[in-house]
Parts: sequence; structure tokens; C-alpha cells
Amino acid sequence: MKRALTLIFLFISKFIFADETIEMATEMRSNGKIYIVVTILLIILIGFFAYLASVDRKLNKVINKLNNKN
Amino acid sequence: MKDNAYKFIAVVSLVYTVWAGFMSDVPHLPVLNETIRNLYFHVPMWFGMIILLFVSMWHSIKYLATSNTYHDIRAEMFARTGIVYGILGLLTGMVWAKFTWGEWWSNDPKQNASAIGLLLYFAYLILRNSFNEFSQKARISSVYNILAFMALIPLLFILPRLVDSLHPGNGGNPGFGNYDLDGRMRVVFYPAILGWTLLGVWITSLKVKFKIVEENLAEKQMIG
Repeated sequence: MKRALTLIFLFISKFIFADETIEMATEMRSNGKIYIVVTILLIILIGFFAYLASVDRKLNKVINKLNNKN
Repeated sequence: MKDNAYKFIAVVSLVYTVWAGFMSDVPHLPVLNETIRNLYFHVPMWFGMIILLFVSMWHSIKYLATSNTYHDIRAEMFARTGIVYGILGLLTGMVWAKFTWGEWWSNDPKQNASAIGLLLYFAYLILRNSFNEFSQKARISSVYNILAFMALIPLLFILPRLVDSLHPGNGGNPGFGNYDLDGRMRVVFYPAILGWTLLGVWITSLKVKFKIVEENLAEKQMIG
């Protein structure tokens, strides 16, 4: 009986205390600085997209030239 | 313009993925903590790889049916991008594993199976380079590519489920458990798959164009 009660308590406490005991980076978000990191990441990402697009355009130009000569 | 629409979708969904991937609320789970956000970056590498390799196989089938070089070039380039995605998936998975499972490589069945799967595709690239005659190369490597994809499916989706695995959704439990994919995560996870996969398609299209230029040059050199 005692053991069963302990198990039940453990089971319930898993839900009650779950969120408090698990460490998440909530503070990192709330004090705002993480936005800067994500913004920088987005700048890099968009930079690479722009680069991909420019490579794409250059390749299209070369292919057009080849097609016109043939 | 219509041809470029998917690039636009890729850009928009990846910008959304990175933003929402870091900013949205995620389930608070022990051991995983914030690394659960890897679902938006590590897992789409594998989904993207599977989709790209499927497209590659589809082009191989089309090549065998039509003998059109168009399909052979695309089969090779989709496979190459798929392999890059697979390598990235393996590396990101190793980092994630180190800090959640404790080891870079714990001989998890899915880790091993995906490594074997990648080796199968390395062999595809080596096979492609071992022929002199073009149509022979294209035909034999098309057949091999179809076989490689057929081998990849049981390696990634069936074998890891038959044994115990550290990966979620394995060890007799098919699919994602609700603990790692609740509604909050789905709204980022699905666009993430779409975005990363379409990025792969874009990169592949560049490689295809590059290959066309290369072949054109080679032809000219032969004539001149």
C-alpha cells in the first residue's frame, strides 16, 4: 500500500513539477538578446539565398549564350 | 516566373523556419531541453534526402524508359544533392546525439543504417565514373540507382523498427510519438521540410545547369 501510494505520488508529481524542473532557455528569450542571434542567422541565410539567385542568373546567361551560338 | 515560384517558397519557408524555430514555444522535456528544436533542422535533412533521392530514382526510371540524357543528368544531380543532405543529417545527428544520448556514435540501428545507405550512394557516384561509353554508363547507373533507393527504404524505415533504437518512433513504435511532435511543433516542422527540400531542388537545378554548360564545352572541344 505504501509503495503504491509512493508510485501514485511520483506519477502525479511528474505532471505537477514537470515544467518547473526542466531547464529551458526561457530567460534567454525574455531578456531579448536571442532575437539578435536569430536576426544575424537570418541575415546570413538571406545572404546565401541572394548568392544562390545570382549564381542562378549567371548560369542562365551562359546557357543562353551557348544556345545562341549553336 | 513560374519556374522560380518554388525558390520563392523555399526562401519564405526557411526564413519562417529559422525565426519560428528559435522563437516558438516547444514542449519542455527532460534531457532534450532546447535541443528539441533540432527537429526543424536535423530531421528535415533526412526528409529532404529521401525526397531528393526519390526524385533521382524517378529520373533514372524515366531514363530507362526514354534514353533521354535530360533524365540521366537530373538523376545524377538529385542524387548528389541528396547525398549532401544525408551527410549533413549524419553530422548534425552526431552532435545532437553527443549531448542527449552521450556518444557521438552509439551504434544506434538508424545511425548505422543511414551510414550504410550513404555508402550505397557513394558507390553510385563511383559507378558513374567507371564507364567510358555514355549510354552504357547512363543505363547501368540508372539500374543501380533504382536498386540503391529500394535498399534505402528498408534500411531507414523498416530495419530500425525491428530492433531497439534510440531514435523516437523506432523499436516497435512506428511514427512520431505525441511527445516529440505536438501541434506547436507541427506548424514549424512541416514548412521546415518543405523549405529545406525546395532549397535542395534549387541547388540541384544549379548543378544541372552547370553540367549542361560543361557538356556543351566538351562537345565543342570534340568538334574543334
